[in-house]
Amino acid sequence: MSVFKASAAMGSVVRGRAVVAKDGFSARYDLDRAKGVFSRAEHKLAGRSYVDVVLVLDAAKGGVATAWMLHEMQARGVVPVALVLNTVNPIMVQGAALADFTMMSGFETDITLAVPDGALVEVDPTADPPCLRILDASAAAPSAGIGAPMATAASAVPGRDTTSASVPDDAA
Amino acid sequence: MQLNDAERAMLEGADGEARRWAIDHQMRVGRYLGAADFVPVSQAHIMADTESLGPAGVEWLERLAALPQAERQVRVPTITDPRGTDFAAAVRLQHQDWMLDLERRTIAAFQAMGILMTDTCINYQTIMPAVRGEHMAYGDTGVVIYSNSVLGARSNFEGGPSALAAGLTGRTPRYGYHLDEKRQATMVIDVETTPTELSDWGALGGIVGRIAGDYWQVPALRGLDRIPGSDEMKHFGAALASYGSVALFHMAGITPEAHTPTDVIAPGLPVKARIGAADIEAFQAAYRAKVDTVDVVVFSAPQLSLLEMRTLAGMLDGRHAIVPLLVVTSPQVKPEADRMGLTARMEAAGAMVLSGMCFYQSYAREMAEANQWRNLATNSAKLTNILGGYGYRPALMSMAACVDAACSGRIRAGGIVP
Repeated sequence: MSVFKASAAMGSVVRGRAVVAKDGFSARYDLDRAKGVFSRAEHKLAGRSYVDVVLVLDAAKGGVATAWMLHEMQARGVVPVALVLNTVNPIMVQGAALADFTMMSGFETDITLAVPDGALVEVDPTADPPCLRILDASAAAPSAGIGAPMATAASAVPGRDTTSASVPDDAA
Repeated sequence: MQLNDAERAMLEGADGEARRWAIDHQMRVGRYLGAADFVPVSQAHIMADTESLGPAGVEWLERLAALPQAERQVRVPTITDPRGTDFAAAVRLQHQDWMLDLERRTIAAFQAMGILMTDTCINYQTIMPAVRGEHMAYGDTGVVIYSNSVLGARSNFEGGPSALAAGLTGRTPRYGYHLDEKRQATMVIDVETTPTELSDWGALGGIVGRIAGDYWQVPALRGLDRIPGSDEMKHFGAALASYGSVALFHMAGITPEAHTPTDVIAPGLPVKARIGAADIEAFQAAYRAKVDTVDVVVFSAPQLSLLEMRTLAGMLDGRHAIVPLLVVTSPQVKPEADRMGLTARMEAAGAMVLSGMCFYQSYAREMAEANQWRNLATNSAKLTNILGGYGYRPALMSMAACVDAACSGRIRAGGIVP
């Protein structure tokens, strides 16, 4: 099992299929939040669903709207189970904090290259240090390209909920 | 995070539930981002359009607003970013009743908390510019990057919840651009041309933003041959923040923390890129190539200053728009434009002059569907970057070319105005 350590995380332990791209993330710029798909034509995940999956992307992009939008998406249940990024901006952190959303960032390797698209992964903010585990890479589907929404199997892990309070104070 | 007595009291609920939530939220953010403690702020600025909030966010605000008055009042002056509509023009924009209801409820909640409904993203031009070294909790990326870079103030991007929290607590976690060491340049960009049009400044910001790539990068530009004006800085910064999520830039010999290049550029920091006139033209041409006719022309993002309103009115004199032409400014500029006759001149040319909203924060997708708008011309690189995800095909052009497109319905080859 491959394990990738992160420098910071918050939220609960969750599992889900990874949807992976070397591209950015902004809820306003990139998503059709009514349909639950990436809508910006230039995005590498254009047309694909983001609902109930672990999004693994490069960097937080765009403006401040995501700080509210994660909460709004969470309230409607049209939301990823976790967001995993190489690099966050404060807006993603603020949005995750408001929505009690699972987020993780800051890896020793480019996480978008390390996690196969379609793999079953576990995002564990409670570990010290926080980490992403690849549970089953065999489900990775090379054919799962643009326009082919993934089947998902997201679930919270019972009994392992936590909050960001468990993140070390020096995590950055 | 290290807390003082007042902060510990807030966390323990001694100052009520609103401030308990606020400082807890700030601590979660601060811990994630490595803050050691809090820093007092003198203002907060909240982005909270109702497309972003949704019904769940509005209800959440209403719960805070229903707390006892002493508990819910903000402790530092707190102002607002553009709203999701201009009520005076909502019917013409085809904004629906449910949108207006959410807007009214949000405004009522903010007013109950003592928040000033300034509804502007150009508060640095119209309300009260920050002072060098002043710590703020600003909640619009264009406001943050302008205030940090042009004015030398200190703010991170504070999304709506965090800006509200800062208003309630009077402080923000000390990380990122509140710290001296984070304000040094991380890359050098040599610019071989000095833009002239606002759209060119936006394109330059977009190019640098794509190169920078993330929030923690601080580009330092060299080679500009004059000091840009406030509107030029506004468009450059807004685009840089939009394309790159960048919150601070320096311009050697121009911006206050880069009096000399060595003030912010460490010895040996390599040149990341050189940008010339051809790059700026190619950036705009790539958008323009996808659009030949236009359904709507929009001047917005950021809201127009009084001087932009004056320039646009002059370009529209004696002309008439044959496609919808939207001109969006702040509630502070609009009465001045009215008083000076600028609004009347633009409206005589068929323009719709809007106040207190911003196009992309005003249900852009629903407006597109209701009004059959797809091809859009603008001189705002920021707007160009945002609207693709909302289903628009935007073209980035000069103000004059946008006026020409509004009056002809077409985009001329090369975006050149005859």
